[in-house]
Amino acid sequence: MTAEPRYLGARVTRNEDARLLTGRALFVDDVNPPHLLHAAFLRSPHAHARIKRIDTGAALKRDGVAAVYTAADLGSYWKPGPLLVPPPPIKGIAFNLRAQVPLAKDKVRHVGEPVALVIARSRYIAEDAAADIAVDYETLPAVVDMERGAAGGPVVHDDLGSNIASRVRQTKGDYAAAARNAHAVIRRRLVYDRGASVSMETRGVVAEWDAKADKLTVWDTTQGPVFIRGGLAAMLGLSERQVRVVAPFIGGGFGPKMMMFYPEEVVIPWVAIRLGRPVKWIEDRLEHFFATTQERGQIHDAEIALDKNGKILGVKDEFLYDTGAYNPYGLTLPINSQCTLLGGYVVPSYDSSFTGVFTNKPIVTPYRGAGRQHGVFVMERLLDIAARELEIDRAEIRRRNFIPSGAFPYNNEIIFQDFAPLEYDSGNYAPVLNKTLKMIGYDRFLADEQPKLRALGKHVGIGVVFYIEGTGIGPYEGARVQVQASGKVSVATGVGTQGQGHFTSFAQIVADQVGVDVRDVDVVTGDTDQFYWGAGTFASRGAVVAGNAVNEAGKAVRKKILRAAAEHFECAEQDIVVAGGQASIAGVPGKTIKLGELALRANPMRGAVKPGTEPGLEATSYFGPPSGATACGAHAMIVEVDPETMTIAIKKYVVVHDCGTVINPLILEGQIQGGVAQGIGNAFYEQLHFDDQGQLLNASLADYLVPTALDVPRMELGHECTPSPLNPLGIKGAGEAGAIPVGALFAQALEDALDLPRRGVEILEIPLSPNRLWELAGALFKQRGTS
Amino acid sequence: MSEELHQVAVQVNGKHCERRVESRLLLSDFLRHDLGLTGTHVGCEHGVCGACTVLMDGLPVRSCLMLAAQTNGHAIETVESLTNDRDKLHPLQQAFHEAHGLQCGFCTPGILMTMMAFLKETASPSEAEIREALSGNLCRCTGYQKIVEAVTLAARRIGQAGAR
Amino acid sequence: MKPAPFRYVAARSLDEALALKAEHGDEARFLAGGQSLIPAMNFRLAQPAMLIDINPLKELDYIRRAGNVLRIGALARYRALQRDAAVARHQPLLAETLPHVAHPQIRNRGTLAGNMAHADPASELPAVVLALGGRMHARSGRGERWIDARDFFKGALTTALKSDEMLTEIELPDLPAKSGAAFLEVSRRRGDYAMMGVAAVVTLGADGACIGARLAYCNAGEKQMLAGKAAQALVGRRGADKYISDAAALAESEIDPQGNVHASKKFQRHLAGVLTRRALQTALARAGAA
Repeated sequence: MTAEPRYLGARVTRNEDARLLTGRALFVDDVNPPHLLHAAFLRSPHAHARIKRIDTGAALKRDGVAAVYTAADLGSYWKPGPLLVPPPPIKGIAFNLRAQVPLAKDKVRHVGEPVALVIARSRYIAEDAAADIAVDYETLPAVVDMERGAAGGPVVHDDLGSNIASRVRQTKGDYAAAARNAHAVIRRRLVYDRGASVSMETRGVVAEWDAKADKLTVWDTTQGPVFIRGGLAAMLGLSERQVRVVAPFIGGGFGPKMMMFYPEEVVIPWVAIRLGRPVKWIEDRLEHFFATTQERGQIHDAEIALDKNGKILGVKDEFLYDTGAYNPYGLTLPINSQCTLLGGYVVPSYDSSFTGVFTNKPIVTPYRGAGRQHGVFVMERLLDIAARELEIDRAEIRRRNFIPSGAFPYNNEIIFQDFAPLEYDSGNYAPVLNKTLKMIGYDRFLADEQPKLRALGKHVGIGVVFYIEGTGIGPYEGARVQVQASGKVSVATGVGTQGQGHFTSFAQIVADQVGVDVRDVDVVTGDTDQFYWGAGTFASRGAVVAGNAVNEAGKAVRKKILRAAAEHFECAEQDIVVAGGQASIAGVPGKTIKLGELALRANPMRGAVKPGTEPGLEATSYFGPPSGATACGAHAMIVEVDPETMTIAIKKYVVVHDCGTVINPLILEGQIQGGVAQGIGNAFYEQLHFDDQGQLLNASLADYLVPTALDVPRMELGHECTPSPLNPLGIKGAGEAGAIPVGALFAQALEDALDLPRRGVEILEIPLSPNRLWELAGALFKQRGTS
Repeated sequence: MSEELHQVAVQVNGKHCERRVESRLLLSDFLRHDLGLTGTHVGCEHGVCGACTVLMDGLPVRSCLMLAAQTNGHAIETVESLTNDRDKLHPLQQAFHEAHGLQCGFCTPGILMTMMAFLKETASPSEAEIREALSGNLCRCTGYQKIVEAVTLAARRIGQAGAR
Repeated sequence: MKPAPFRYVAARSLDEALALKAEHGDEARFLAGGQSLIPAMNFRLAQPAMLIDINPLKELDYIRRAGNVLRIGALARYRALQRDAAVARHQPLLAETLPHVAHPQIRNRGTLAGNMAHADPASELPAVVLALGGRMHARSGRGERWIDARDFFKGALTTALKSDEMLTEIELPDLPAKSGAAFLEVSRRRGDYAMMGVAAVVTLGADGACIGARLAYCNAGEKQMLAGKAAQALVGRRGADKYISDAAALAESEIDPQGNVHASKKFQRHLAGVLTRRALQTALARAGAA
């Protein structure tokens, strides 16, 4: 008999909550082995400088200091970090890898790059001693602006001779011909500036070398512990079995906590082995603004060719992409931008090229959305402008260009970040848009409410945008499911978890397969001693890839239960019912056995078993999708602007989302709401301001503005469901969806609120702010007595 | 310089506690390192994020902006004070669990302590009042909506229990 | 982000605190709420050699009426001021401003006197005290003196306090009859320092004409700022829109904003004009202007 899904799709509250709510969950900074030493890094105050001399003498003399290290002290351990994601096989691709180094040797390339490391009795003393270190720098002109950096002038990596990190061109169809035959060609420059992930928990590493066991344990705030385990073992010359990496509870990841091989991740374990004492480094919030990777600097020169009905004939885009000082993450991010730009639309011809540029700024790697924001921003803005110029309604132009529901799988003919052709697995876009319009009251607002409000002198506007998201990429994840003698079920998987609810969603999947209560399923994630293989939690892939691996392992255990129970009762497997933590013969009262009892019997201590018998009710399975699953959604908002102060009030916010089968709606809602909050931050509050020396001007949470409960509105959510055919559960990822289209939405809605296009002003950049809106449009709203 | 130590006698979660502390030891580090109360989290150390919020004499304060030495003669309550039993959550914790008012959970202890004091002063708060009271605590995961729902639920339950 | 080493002394008496300050001068800082000082120390931007904690001096924790003035002791916290009936009744401008100052947790510790002594030109409260015509009581081992708020603020993080003096009290006089006041600011998020803020106070004569006005600004210059010319433009006038606009325009040019990552100097000036106009409209209405 097949399992009736009882938990899949249900609003199951989370198994992990009790530990977190009572303050008893283990985070990396809570790891305090005896004899612990504390680390502080001395970081470069300059964006670009040569290191002439480092004097650590005074630091070493300070009471409580155990050691001080510079690059020279690392000897042969000093090596640039690995290439984390190789560039995909695209013809004509150019990629110049320059990866970060453990401690800067001859040159520093961004403010905050680590130069020396102090190990002391307390973090307080380590910071005192770091301030004692004298470094003689020869400052160099900084490469800050990516356009100027690409054009010439000072060079971030001397041996490269230029600042060009990469060049990629991907095309489909004949854009030039499309443009020649077009009714309209619209060309714009669109700019997206930098932001930071600002997880509430900063990064941290605790490393402990157990000399007697010959074993290194590293507690690390990483989203990819398995990669870190393998990499550290190789670097340190240890067997992988000698290295255990634990990603315990992580206080938010959002991308920058991926398997980065950050300098601190690489150096702290080395120091712990060398000193034979556990060492802890916890990034402080100031360090976080320099030492943790950032995202988003891109400049697009884009054009769209359309026929007179607003049908897209083609898109051409050339963009610059700011990689920061190093580019260990390959091309994932700009390729996401390149691919996501196509959106849910039929784009018959596409000519897209980008140039990566090294700058003297912190490293750029994926942060929630990972380049997808930019693509959505460019395409949605172009469509808004096209709609205006062709006098077509904003929603209607999108509808006219949607890929029809019968056209899936839909091949976009270019290569995605997972090396596979960009093929959308499934989708049905019009119902998503239509539901959004209905929920926000689009027609009524435009026809009735907005004219009335404008007559009253109010500046209220509406926006609606559509996006797709490539999610759930491979290569694979694995899981082991085991029924214990207690009757409880344990699940282990290699992904780390940072608040996504994996302890619950994976438990739901297994509870259905194995017929137990969801509270009786104990999930372990992020401990390489518990599960050996895996990639990590990123690219909205945890639920899709690991979730399906968990499902496969659950199925295998279910089969074992059926076989064991059938043997026990001497009946046919199809007569067995597994439910409520026990196996029974259908319709025969009294013929039941607890799963724990079956598990015990499956692990006999004496006697003989049949040849080929595997002990226990346990199975390990792996799942790798052939390619990513494509989710979609639409966001809409009504916003009011005070045109004199350019402050905003969001009156209504709607999200309709299609991520295929939903494991847990409660968790999904949280993911979307949190994503939108980050999107709002990105669109209107958060911006990293660098001066022309590469100094960050707002490196504090007082000036880097993470939205508060007063800035994020209540959201109304709607769902559609188009299951993915690429995995048995039909899941698509959801982690990044909330954040992706918000910039495009803000630009459109704010333009509408202030009626800007009619007055000749367009919003072509993100982030925005009151100051920026006033610069763009303030002159239109002058009152006597004010400027 | 060798650091002078101060004798501190402080009531922590109802227990009397005496320690010798350095002048510059922050209350957040004192709670976490010296007393092992790692439920209080450190998010920014400049008084903006609210993760380290604890109650001092019943009022929420940023423990990263106080010195341990300053707590001499005072009473501190941390998230660990809300319940001793993982299976029996405080009504506020229970409401966060039911409404999914937490994701990564890092900001949660600070939010719980802020809301404990808030709900004591505000019996049936409006959504606007809850958001105002939450505005000194940053959360990067939830978008706040389910936190607001959790606090609303907790206020109703605590109010009902009080009325009985 | 841990503070550099320092000596901590919990003051047992005001005399002891003052004697220590006299002995250590600028090397020592008084610790009241600490909500500005401790973050600066955690960033190691401030590295005092000694902190003299005045929190044990309960005699400094008061808000009291004395005749026509409100006396606010050095340890009176924002929370207490927000809940004080006399503040609400006699100094509604202060009550109106306090919710804009940071967040509940900060207001549970922060003190008005600490804010004044810290003298951040971006802070709201110096503007309020200036607009209200407050004065500051300073004490040292040498004696005591009153300093008018106009003479107290000397620039960013600089006051008229001598290195041995403590700001022990702030005195706010009641506004005359037929006065009205308003505080308005524009900040990026609630609780942030404002991109621009204004505290406006107007007093009307028996005939309804303005006989006195004060306009004070936050984040409008290197120091705390009264816009004298703008205020003067209102005196003798009845509150017609034209004069309000004149005052707003004067204020825009009179202030000297420095610009920052959130607002350019130009935008700050523009906001000052907008806020001056709006605040004056409210203040005049509250004063009972026709």
